[in-house]
Amino acid sequence: MAEAIHLQTPLKAEKLAELKTGDKVMISGTIYTARDAAHKRLVELLKEGKELPFDIEGAVIYYVGPAPAPPGRPIGSAGPTTSYRMDPYAPALMDVGLKGMIGKGPRSKEVIDSMIKNKAVYFAAIGGAAVVIADSIKEAEIIAYKDLGTEAIRKMRVENFPCIVANDVNGNDIFKEGVEKYRIQ
Amino acid sequence: MREINCSEIIPVVRKMCMDANFYIGDDVTEKLKEFYEKEESPTAKEVLKIIMDNNELAAEVKMPTCQDTGVAVVFVELGQEVHIAGGDFVGAINEGVRQGYKDGYLRKSMVADPIIERKNTKDNTPAMIYTDIVPGENLKITVAPKGGGSENMSEVKIMKAADGLDGVIEFVVDRVRRSGGNPCPPIVVGVGLGGNFEQSALLAKRALLRPLDDINPEPKWAEVEERMLVEINKLGIGPQGLGGRTTALAVKILHKPCHIASMPVAVNIQCHAARHKSAIL
Repeated sequence: MAEAIHLQTPLKAEKLAELKTGDKVMISGTIYTARDAAHKRLVELLKEGKELPFDIEGAVIYYVGPAPAPPGRPIGSAGPTTSYRMDPYAPALMDVGLKGMIGKGPRSKEVIDSMIKNKAVYFAAIGGAAVVIADSIKEAEIIAYKDLGTEAIRKMRVENFPCIVANDVNGNDIFKEGVEKYRIQ
Repeated sequence: MREINCSEIIPVVRKMCMDANFYIGDDVTEKLKEFYEKEESPTAKEVLKIIMDNNELAAEVKMPTCQDTGVAVVFVELGQEVHIAGGDFVGAINEGVRQGYKDGYLRKSMVADPIIERKNTKDNTPAMIYTDIVPGENLKITVAPKGGGSENMSEVKIMKAADGLDGVIEFVVDRVRRSGGNPCPPIVVGVGLGGNFEQSALLAKRALLRPLDDINPEPKWAEVEERMLVEINKLGIGPQGLGGRTTALAVKILHKPCHIASMPVAVNIQCHAARHKSAIL
């Protein structure tokens, strides 16, 4: 594969516009974690017109429920969870500034349409490569919903978090195009 | 009559919970290598390489290969000459799971109420325990941590006899097609045929315990497994659903007699973190 493209958070529109489905990227900076239960709460806050627990402008949300941190490490194994479960919530978050999502597996048409509208990108991390990914996470702290345990929202500082552009701002979808290319009739 | 004390069972289960999550079996590693060599998509090759590197690193640092350290599925073969002493057998297995998940820094992924409250039990119990009474005076315990992403793509269907073998193959392949990248391919496909509604599902799960490099001792079923594998790998889903030739590493079938009116078919999908450890006490 070609050399990786380095991205710094918060994500900038012009940089995102250059990304193409299939590009290998390395993300550095601050990212936030959230999965099913936290998404439900975030979207409830938006409905009530309340403030979110972090600045969502240009933010990246990583769909992960990490394993507990062993001694001497900021986090335990931390691979992506399956993204479709966040599909009902993702468009509302993109409408208020979310620019990047990291997870695994394909997204719904509604999410892809919202990515085109909001110029946001979905990155595929490698499911099950949880120790390799944990190695790119340098700091992690819970900033909201501690009661959710592994599902709490964490603020993470990452260096060269490896992923692949799955859906770009133009609506291309690696889960469709990649599979088409290798399917044998 | 042989006596086994619960206090002997707890540490064995504890260790297997950790070992299964830290160390991927050699059979899985070999299959990954084999498919890596054959893979044509550069992206897929890269993904397979990262998965293999990850598994090596996990074993080295003793961390779970995947953060989803699963539901603790426990299969027990209890010799009928064994007397379990010193407490409650199911309690001892759950205590082993509790200790293993705590001491191994494994993720606790169980919620007590499945629908309304969904509160985490915080110790990954209860385990899903299946006990068979067998001849002899041994106690064999297998711990197979099962992740949620791949379990979510599994299905039981009671088919008609008229659907025949072709219908079964079509259903299994279609189940994988509909799963796409969600269950973390490359997957292992456990297929349970026959029995009844619940037995077929259990057969499918047990099929996942077979070593990936074994060949079905019944040639006709070995052939069906091969046919299914070839069809699945024609789907193009590839590692993580990003496209490629490596969608499944293996298909494993177990079968049982069934009712004249029924043809139960269960598909249990396993992600590439195909983990299980066994111990004989």
